[in-house]
Amino acid sequence: MSIIQIKNLTKIYDGKHVEVKAVNGINLSIEEGEFTAVVGPSGSGKTTLLNMLGGLDRPTSGEVIINNVNIWNLSPSKLIDFRLHNIGFVFQAYNLIPVLTAKENVEFTMELQGRPSKERFERTKSLLETVGLGDRLDSRPSRLSGGQQQRVAVARALAPKPKFILADEPTANLDSKSTEMLLDIMEKLNKEEKITFIFSTHDARVMKKAKRIITVEDGKVLKDELK
Amino acid sequence: MLLSISWRNVWRNKLRSLVMVIAITLGLCAGIFSTGFYLGMADQRIDKAIKTELSHIQVHQNNFRQAHDITKFIPKGDSLVREFNDMPLVAGASPRIVIFSMIASAENGYGVKIMGIEPKFERKTTNIYTKIVEGNYFEEKKKNPIILGDKLAEKLKVKLGSKVVLTLQDVDNNIISGAFRIVGIFNTVNTTFDESNVFVKYEDLIRLTNLPAGACHEIAISVKNDEDVNLVKDQIAKATGSLEVMTWKELSPEMSYLTEAMDIYMYIFIVIILLALLFGIINTMLMAVLDRIKELGMLMAIGMSRVRVFFMIMLETVFLSLTGGIAGVTLGYLISKYFETHKISLARWGNVYTSIGYDPYVYTSLDWTYIINTTILVFITGVIASIYPAYKALQNDPAQALRIE
Repeated sequence: MSIIQIKNLTKIYDGKHVEVKAVNGINLSIEEGEFTAVVGPSGSGKTTLLNMLGGLDRPTSGEVIINNVNIWNLSPSKLIDFRLHNIGFVFQAYNLIPVLTAKENVEFTMELQGRPSKERFERTKSLLETVGLGDRLDSRPSRLSGGQQQRVAVARALAPKPKFILADEPTANLDSKSTEMLLDIMEKLNKEEKITFIFSTHDARVMKKAKRIITVEDGKVLKDELK
Repeated sequence: MLLSISWRNVWRNKLRSLVMVIAITLGLCAGIFSTGFYLGMADQRIDKAIKTELSHIQVHQNNFRQAHDITKFIPKGDSLVREFNDMPLVAGASPRIVIFSMIASAENGYGVKIMGIEPKFERKTTNIYTKIVEGNYFEEKKKNPIILGDKLAEKLKVKLGSKVVLTLQDVDNNIISGAFRIVGIFNTVNTTFDESNVFVKYEDLIRLTNLPAGACHEIAISVKNDEDVNLVKDQIAKATGSLEVMTWKELSPEMSYLTEAMDIYMYIFIVIILLALLFGIINTMLMAVLDRIKELGMLMAIGMSRVRVFFMIMLETVFLSLTGGIAGVTLGYLISKYFETHKISLARWGNVYTSIGYDPYVYTSLDWTYIINTTILVFITGVIASIYPAYKALQNDPAQALRIE
């Protein structure tokens, strides 16, 4: 079942002397349960594509339809709310809230959703155990390694039960051991719980795990391969 | 969790926040202490005015105060005094003959207010008897005793035991004089009062002026509790019929405006302090927001609404302001409390203060309403200071913010 449809998506940046077409008329659809990597060289438009997909960057033209909702027809406040309930984000730089513990970071989005505290606590504990950090609930990000922080970020992204997770170069700042651990967790979640993951990446190890690779160059889809 | 995040965010940069908190603490401590100082000064002045000069209530014949006509006396004032002294809320009532006239020594002569008093009654209405620095308060049985202020004694070049002459008009408009012996010299610390008031015995002055027995120009009344002044005034007005009955506030409106004006001045002073601190708080919070552009972009990306982001920045600002504010008002209050019982000496400028009726020292005076109102003002300052930084936080585009290294 298709959860995401991208129709003729274009993003043009107005530079000083020249227009830059970061994304140029991309058409795609993503099914539930996919483990998809969007790959391409720097400047190919993959981050811009993911930002438009995630409701962060408004397209110049085209549509992004998630679960039959054209997200770019929503008002700014409704779009923020849509992201909260439907999209999970994992960032390259982890971007955990430094003043909150691992537990509080994971709980944060559920609290924004207004879930009751008992549900928040139980889901948080379960997610952190799933990512192998059941014993680090009360540690702040400064006390965690890069790999551990990224695992907390994955747990945070999963906490609000989103339709899919967008991960922008999640392994870029990790060592190989942490990368393997992270990818194993994500793969397991994808297989067992059918969680949809969409990565933008240069990392060959991510590409190896991905079941679908979309190659982007100069803002266009060059290749779209299912493994 | 928003409260928790906001509070913790305040202390992310401990040094920056601490500098601001200390600035707010010192500013408000100074403001609260100054309030206690000036209110104490005002309270002391009013207290002195009541206890030394005015009493709580005065009764006169109509139009006496305008021209001080000796013929506008209260007949049978003595029976009114007895009636007032029997009232349960009254601490004391005292009859006075009041004449504006001349006092002369061998060296000099000056215009003064001559008050003929009954010492046993006067002790219950004023505290002049406690201000005697030389001699006594009509305790010796001497002929025609007089007590006067030390400043007047200096000007007249007289001392204890010296003779002075009072020249005045009697009730039949005859110019008469009487020689009086100085038995006491007082110092009320109010230079103007000490230079212009002399006290003689009622019986001596009534004989000199030919006023009818029991007559007086003024009845001074002091009450047991300050809060009962208006009630006692009403009771006295009923008892006296057509006589003029006035409270100290009505006799000296500038004295009553003193507390009201002081209230307003002190709040203006506190507001000025807070205005200055406002810009410091805005600066600190702007730095805190600009340091966290990426994080704020991330928060909006993962689903934190703009309203919540705005509210979070507002809470941080209010927490910062209130931390310094509460510390400042508490410290200011404690210092004021200490000086409520330990006087602050103003001896260096003593002459200046005493010349306008103030003591050359201050005991501070502060009540809870100032603490509460100032804390509320600090809260409002925090809310106002948060607006611009919170607005700047919302200008973030999440996609742009996340690209920041």
